[in-house]
Amino acid sequence: MSDARDVGGPAQPLLIARDLAKHFQVRGGGRSAHVRAVDGVSFTLFKGETLGIVGESGCGKSTLARLLLHLVQRDAGELIFDGEPVGAPHGITVAGLRRHVQMVFQDSYSSLNPRMPVQDSVAFGPFVHGRSKPDARRVARDMLVKVGLNPDLFGPRYPHELSGGQKQRVNIARALAIEPRMVILDEAVSALDKSVEAQVLNLLRALKQQFNLTYLFISHDLNVVRYVSDRVLVMYLGRVVELGPSEAIFTRPQHPYTRALLGSRPSMDPRHRIEEPPITGDPPSPIDPPSGCRFHTRCPFAEAVCAERAPELGEWRERASHVAACHMLEPGSGHSRTVQ
Amino acid sequence: MTALVEVSDLSVRFVTREATVHAVNGVSFSVRPGEVLCILGESGSGKSVTLRAMMRLLPPRRTRIDGTIRIDGQDVLALDKRRLRELRGGLVSMIFQEPMTALDPVYTIGTQITETVMRHKGNGRSAARARALELLELVKIPEAERRLANYPHELSGGLRQRAMIAMALSCGPRLLLADEPTTALDATVQIQVLILLRRLQRELGMGTIFVTHDLGVASEIADRIAVMYAGRIVEEGPVADVLRAPMHPYTQGLLASTVHGQSRDGEIEAIPGSPPDMRRLPSGCAFAPRCIHAQPACRTTMPEPRWPSPDRMARCVRIDDAALVAAE
Repeated sequence: MSDARDVGGPAQPLLIARDLAKHFQVRGGGRSAHVRAVDGVSFTLFKGETLGIVGESGCGKSTLARLLLHLVQRDAGELIFDGEPVGAPHGITVAGLRRHVQMVFQDSYSSLNPRMPVQDSVAFGPFVHGRSKPDARRVARDMLVKVGLNPDLFGPRYPHELSGGQKQRVNIARALAIEPRMVILDEAVSALDKSVEAQVLNLLRALKQQFNLTYLFISHDLNVVRYVSDRVLVMYLGRVVELGPSEAIFTRPQHPYTRALLGSRPSMDPRHRIEEPPITGDPPSPIDPPSGCRFHTRCPFAEAVCAERAPELGEWRERASHVAACHMLEPGSGHSRTVQ
Repeated sequence: MTALVEVSDLSVRFVTREATVHAVNGVSFSVRPGEVLCILGESGSGKSVTLRAMMRLLPPRRTRIDGTIRIDGQDVLALDKRRLRELRGGLVSMIFQEPMTALDPVYTIGTQITETVMRHKGNGRSAARARALELLELVKIPEAERRLANYPHELSGGLRQRAMIAMALSCGPRLLLADEPTTALDATVQIQVLILLRRLQRELGMGTIFVTHDLGVASEIADRIAVMYAGRIVEEGPVADVLRAPMHPYTQGLLASTVHGQSRDGEIEAIPGSPPDMRRLPSGCAFAPRCIHAQPACRTTMPEPRWPSPDRMARCVRIDDAALVAAE
């Protein structure tokens, strides 16, 4: 399928993130400290794929999403959208980026203006981006139809008059109204009941095909991520611990954290319950995170080297590469369990 | 064995000037000593309201409760204030989804547990303090001695939840009411707390009612499961049986729409539509508007509970058919 907006051709990645970092300053106890929310994250997003991002609270997945859209300013690193550096003198502007990248948030209510009928919320984007008012309204009606809401019935309603699932459909319509090429879904189905979640997942799947979209799908629900994603990126305390094709991650996880995360999923079978938790303790605070490999405080295989030196994410060559940042996978790292 | 809990025909309505919300509409169930009943339902299904009604935690001025709740032979809805205080925290304890709001932020964990023990057991301060330490060790809080002096905000989410469990267990309740206690926790912490609760429940022989929206959580902890929809229990039975062979179309739909291992090539089988408005419940079966098997009869009267086998119940007109087929 050809897309007039496609600058570099289908082989050129849609988005490249290099060494993104964001540290937030916090004050407490008289001294200042930094939350190292995102600490050197690199990945590539290909055209037309869905990249899932998983991790527990505090791992930086939502901050990462906000960095990609410049909703928070990065402290370091580089973003390249379809070959053009973002916010650089010869690249694409932040406003230009946002025309191509839209976001759907977890809280469907607080992300809609409570004083505006939802049809106006959907029309707002196209209007701001240069459409005439009647034109923007027509787009809004079309989009509401496409997300499965009757515009005559639901368009004039206010957000509080809609159910959670309906509000999230409106948010999706609003995100798609300016014809973006990429959508960031930040826990977009997490607050919905299971029966409604399934409807919205099916809708997202259909819209992706119809509009030739690329998704960045952030979620804590591993089962949903597996269903949705082509590739998966696993984060722990601001760093990428594993990245690879979805099936490989779920069937052959490499990093001990990924294995623990997958092993913590309830069994769905009362006759085969989990008897022992895969790991103990809570994730540490991202303020002053552990030295070396950040997982070493909870890792069953941790050795001295893990506290001393941070492991590198293996060399990433192509779309099918499966890499993990662990000393056990790195020959000559000094870890006794290193695969030879 | 006699039941520890017997709830029959419980209804809860919230009355305001604008509308009446029919949150619970004729719920009956029982729990034996040492048994875990999971009440499974989506938001607004009435599962938490049912639990709160059992502790009489709902605001009395706006709430109309009908039916009977018997716990260990006591008629909970008829208890006076003094008896109710003895019931809460003594015979029956409750744990909540958000420990930060359930614990008092201005007292240390140790003080809160010590006070509870002194109040209910009549122990002296030092004995109660020793009991508090014992409890923190019981729920596997590392460095328990030091943690007694911590305020709730100084603990991580998982430790806070353990502290709340310790407090709930402090007076040896015979019944534990758990309202989504693991929902707000991260995956690797959730499984730890679930396994802890399962172990404690067995060791202490507590009857437990565990409210959740998560089929996976129910499969890890429940003996029996009761599925709620629009304020009614639509299906009940042993957890393995209900998850393997659900009978009610809602339970079937819920299982099909829960993503776990479906092929990426196909769509998920979603239940169409959305749950009813609890202010204006449809007459008849509340699931009928979303049900692919709905018949005209479904829209006029709510089907009575049907028991295809002694330990399974479902409220659906189609169940009789299944039972007849099995009998032939």
